Amino acid sequence: MNHTPANPGDATPSLEVSGLAYAYPDGHQALFGVDLTVGKGERVALLGPNGAGKTTLVLHLNGILGGGVGTVTVAGLPVAKQHYAEIRRRVGIVFQDPDDQLFMPTVREDVAFGPAAAGLRGAELEERVRAALDRVGMADFADRPPHHLSFGQRRRVAVATVLAMEPEILVLDEPSSNLDPASRRELADILRSLDVTVLMVTHDLPYALELCPRSVVLSEGVIAADGPTQDLLCDEPLMRAHRLELPFGFDPASVAVA
Amino acid sequence: MGAGHSHLLHRPGHSPVHALPPHCKIAATFGFVVLVVATPREAMWAFGAYAVLLGAVAATARIPAGFLLKRLLIEIPFVAFALLMPFVAEGERTPVLGLSLSVSGLWGAWNVLAKGTLGVAASVLLASTTELRALLTGLQRLGLPSLLVQIASFMIRYGDVVTAELRRMSVARRSRGFEARGVRHWGVLARTAGALFIRSYERGERVHLAMVSRGYTGTMPMLDETAATRAQWAYAAALPATALAVCVMGYAL
Ligand SMILES: Nc1ncnc2c1ncn2[C@@H]1O[C@H](COP(=O)(O)OP(=O)(O)O)[C@@H](O)[C@H]1O
Ligand SMILES: [Mg+2]
Repeated sequence: MNHTPANPGDATPSLEVSGLAYAYPDGHQALFGVDLTVGKGERVALLGPNGAGKTTLVLHLNGILGGGVGTVTVAGLPVAKQHYAEIRRRVGIVFQDPDDQLFMPTVREDVAFGPAAAGLRGAELEERVRAALDRVGMADFADRPPHHLSFGQRRRVAVATVLAMEPEILVLDEPSSNLDPASRRELADILRSLDVTVLMVTHDLPYALELCPRSVVLSEGVIAADGPTQDLLCDEPLMRAHRLELPFGFDPASVAVA
Repeated sequence: MGAGHSHLLHRPGHSPVHALPPHCKIAATFGFVVLVVATPREAMWAFGAYAVLLGAVAATARIPAGFLLKRLLIEIPFVAFALLMPFVAEGERTPVLGLSLSVSGLWGAWNVLAKGTLGVAASVLLASTTELRALLTGLQRLGLPSLLVQIASFMIRYGDVVTAELRRMSVARRSRGFEARGVRHWGVLARTAGALFIRSYERGERVHLAMVSRGYTGTMPMLDETAATRAQWAYAAALPATALAVCVMGYAL
């Protein structure tokens, strides 16, 4: 099942992973040659059971993990030590637990952290922070401490912290986990309104269907399937083979996707 | 840290004192306290003058006297100590209300009480007009190592998270019928502490990962470059400058 990116004619893809294999220092091999291309402006869901290697793959995208076989390039720039600063500006990772992501005493300082580390100061920084908070609808909370926000608000601020770096690609690890239905929908609206490339790691199959026209299945360290999300979700043997289960009563074929 | 970062002592407001950059206020408070301590204890009127100065600052900051006095209660242990001194000190004695008290002890008690009260009052004023967070950046600007400031900031940020974790663990324990009653149960509590340590450690690793992912390379970018203007410095210096005049006169008279 091969699928070409949305804009095949468009210059460099946002993300190109090729032949990526990785074993943890304790010898456990988590990735066995992953190939994945995400075109500019695409929204792709990365599906896979627990322990499939999704987080391991994500941590390779900005060079937190490395040293295995294969290459990763972000908008043409290879992920290598001499480019880490630029790579980390280009790849915005939203981690699963917003309490890990939001480590500054106020929302504003937290959103400013990334751009400030990249050297932005003064009015320009101020403007960047305001714009990022606006995009997630959290501008009124700039001076609040993160731990006084609701979980859904914290997740939105976490998204703002990486948007403030104007990334080439936004990577979200389980963005819908622990969200109540309203917060889940608000986040979906925000993600849909952004015009950046998105790679979304998730177990939440309806969420993937709602947001991502294309999905890839990572299973046992390799890409097992790649195609339109609806086609993959309707492929029952495939889903079962990779421990991907739809919620009770959910029929992916009945959903009209844009 | 229940109520935001407005810590127990902080009283939010918009007075000129609140608006001063934190490092100016810290420097002014520090200067004031040093001068108070340096004043000879025999110059009793000088301490009255200091108290008037602090009263003027409190009035400018619109901090009600009641608020200030209540916060001064931290001082009570020192007061108790001071009150003991006239009884226990050695040397020449003098009768007071039928008790024979040590003269040097009386002077000592006065010294501790007057200087202690003024010092605590100045610090309370600083704390009630400055947010904890601003105090930290102020200290950093004044040269406190950035690593210490980072550690303190993380303590502010994660105090609640760790407390919540501890509370969840305690709820989980009690839901399974455990109540800590005496020494026999200390083992369980110790294991809780161990688990809390591991959880906090793992959180620390994940936070570090998130920081590195956003370009952290070991130093915190200095946000809010609140460089103080000359006028602000001058304004903050009013307190220690007047105190200096009082202190000098204390020696001269
Ligand atoms: N630090 C580590 N050391 C050793 N093995 C690890 C480490 N982190 C993850 N693994 C293993 O690598 C595999 C992939 O993990 P991970 O990428 O976290 O999976 P996923 O995010 O898809 O659930 C799992 O089998 C996991 O046990
Ligand atoms: Mg994971």
